Amino acid sequence: MHNHFELFGLPARFEVDGEPLERSYREIQSRVHPDRFANAGDAERRASLQWTTRVNEAYRTLKDPVQRAKHLLELHGVDVAFETNTAMPSDFLVQQMELREALEAAKDAVSLDSLREQLRDSRRALEREVAQAIDAKKDYPAAANLVRKLQFLQRLDEEIDAAYESME
Amino acid sequence: MALLQISEPGMSPEPHKARLAVGIDLGTTNSLVATVRSGVPTVLPDAQGRPLLPSVVRYLNSGKIEVGYPALARQADDPKNTIVSVKRFMGRGVKDAAHIESSPYDFVDAPGMLQIRTVAGVKSPVEISAEILKVLRARAELSLQGSLAGAVITVPAYFDEAQRQATKDAGRLAGLNVLRLLNEPTAAAIAYGLENASEGTYAVYDLGGGTFDLSILKLSKGVFEVVATSGDSMLGGDDFDQRLFCWIAEKAKLPPLEPHDMRLLQVKARDAKEALTFHSEAKITARLSSGEFVDLAIDAETFCGITQTLVQKTLGPMRKALRDAGLRVEDVKGVVMVGGATRMPQIQRAVGEFFRRDPLNNLDPDKVVALGAAMQANVLAGNKPQGDDWLLLDVIPLSLGLETMGGLTEKIIPRNTTIPAGRAQEFTTFKDGQNGMSIHVVQGERELVSDCRSLARFELKGIPPMAAGAARVRVAFQVDADGLLSVSAKESTSGVEASVTVKPSYGLADADIERMLRDSVEHAKEDVQARSLAEQRIDGRRLLEATRAAMGADEKLLTQEERVEIEKAVAALEELLPGSDHRKIKQAIEALNHATEDFAARRMDAGIKRALAGRTIGSF
Repeated sequence: MHNHFELFGLPARFEVDGEPLERSYREIQSRVHPDRFANAGDAERRASLQWTTRVNEAYRTLKDPVQRAKHLLELHGVDVAFETNTAMPSDFLVQQMELREALEAAKDAVSLDSLREQLRDSRRALEREVAQAIDAKKDYPAAANLVRKLQFLQRLDEEIDAAYESME
Repeated sequence: MALLQISEPGMSPEPHKARLAVGIDLGTTNSLVATVRSGVPTVLPDAQGRPLLPSVVRYLNSGKIEVGYPALARQADDPKNTIVSVKRFMGRGVKDAAHIESSPYDFVDAPGMLQIRTVAGVKSPVEISAEILKVLRARAELSLQGSLAGAVITVPAYFDEAQRQATKDAGRLAGLNVLRLLNEPTAAAIAYGLENASEGTYAVYDLGGGTFDLSILKLSKGVFEVVATSGDSMLGGDDFDQRLFCWIAEKAKLPPLEPHDMRLLQVKARDAKEALTFHSEAKITARLSSGEFVDLAIDAETFCGITQTLVQKTLGPMRKALRDAGLRVEDVKGVVMVGGATRMPQIQRAVGEFFRRDPLNNLDPDKVVALGAAMQANVLAGNKPQGDDWLLLDVIPLSLGLETMGGLTEKIIPRNTTIPAGRAQEFTTFKDGQNGMSIHVVQGERELVSDCRSLARFELKGIPPMAAGAARVRVAFQVDADGLLSVSAKESTSGVEASVTVKPSYGLADADIERMLRDSVEHAKEDVQARSLAEQRIDGRRLLEATRAAMGADEKLLTQEERVEIEKAVAALEELLPGSDHRKIKQAIEALNHATEDFAARRMDAGIKRALAGRTIGSF
């Protein structure tokens, strides 16, 4: 078993149907989880811990659009390079700056809520583009650029979380 | 006269009977032990029929130790030696434990975890908690007429690594085989979910004596999945008592109090708080040691006023858990109330308003955690046939990470990650020729290391000289099903390795626990040798049973050679088991474990393949 998709018996595509993923995750967990091996020998307990860890990690990766795309692109030999490649088209950067300014100006939960709504829409639109690039066009370098944008939006989402917390 | 039969620990007199397993709720105020009898979870009462054991331990001059009601009754007379709410001190230093200033104890600031000086010597919170657990263990063994095969001990979901480790150590010190540490709200969800056959998204609001947890779970047939957990491990019913105590001191214009008076008024404050759950007014009367008489009355409105900020403090974690789960209030189908403190009307009101629905109170908030823990213990002990049991998916409450340059935290495993979890990250050297790397493991959400809890430090030494940035140090985190962490580091170009099981800097080393076990009066009486022999025999039998079952189910996965090898190890263990050398038995167990390693891994693979094929195979 080489990749996370094969682990769950799913086709290696960006568009993933949540229901079969969840079903297959639970089915596997119910067989490898440490709770099943509380009375087993050390060897089985170790194997169970390793497998459960791997299955949890794979599930987490496939559930998250950015991580799922990154994994897929790696399978196609393309490195998304979140750390090293931060070049972005200028219109995107301008839009990001505006969003961040809006975040800083947000003084209450209501404005954060609306900012989050806005962000959710942009993320969905970008996810559709990623799906297009990977599943339909199979243009992986182009997809990598889109995924980097998606990662930007995800970070902003985390900052919104932090803003909610500092308000409380 | 018929001879009495004495069975091996963990083995009931009749074969094929269930293994004796219990669930223990080790609470701040009260503790309970429960088990599943004939399929029904039941709290085991003491000889007087009382289900709760007050979590109070009193050390006497004579070396005697009182636990529970007798200790509770003497807390005002002997405040320095009578420890209440010890759970607040688990895994905590003097600096970070709550209400230190109004605690009458003589604290000793030991590295990391504080200790308390009593007439019976200096005691750590782990030892004090172990006294409570020993009483519960004895209660269960008497009631079930046999030794326990294992116990599930509950902990607040928001307990950090140090607090969890301390709890597990206390269990071991009490002579318990700790099958699992289980989060309290999760335990409550099991009891509630099974009792009501609930499906959908539920929140568990658990306000105990000293801790607050808020967990959001998805319940579906056969699966309990925690989606997010949040809370405050320094907030509980005790804080409401404390507010009331301060109110009393202020109203009665009391001077700084002696330990006796302090404890007396704290008890009165708690009584008044409980009275206000059912009455609109409560009286507080007490005669202090100075002869001064305190005579006050407080109404419900005033009490709500002075505790309003505490109630408010539980709202933040509720919002945070919902955000982490990506859910809105209206997605939550019901809110299960757990913990004695949720009886307070102002709590019920606040939770009802927040979730816009009446909280669910149909299970006893004091017992629900112990009952759920008993149900999980029953599953872990293997007493439930597969298909009739359930899958429990829990999460870590706080992010785990490392210190990087400039005192910043790099998160390796974020909070609310499903456990068991593992994650590795590569780091590199900062200076040319740097031959060591200091690894500092921290827990928490903040960006600065100084704002997080430090869990452990260790060094990776012997990195061969390289240019800055050339070394590749892979640091791997592994969190097990109890939520406990181990960390290892390896430099990949040279293969230099180092690892630690994160025993937080102040966690007890295994050797300490063994020494304490030997020192404890109870075990001095028993023959330590006989005890290890009995334990090794149980382990050995369990392993033989598991190995036979595995070979029976998946014989085709074995090569001829492996079969011979395993059968040899089985035979060797069988031969040694009736003997009296526990070391040899231990070695034989290790040998058999080693012989079955590849087989175990292959069975796991096969299990996954079967899962994907969608076929249901009886047992595996």
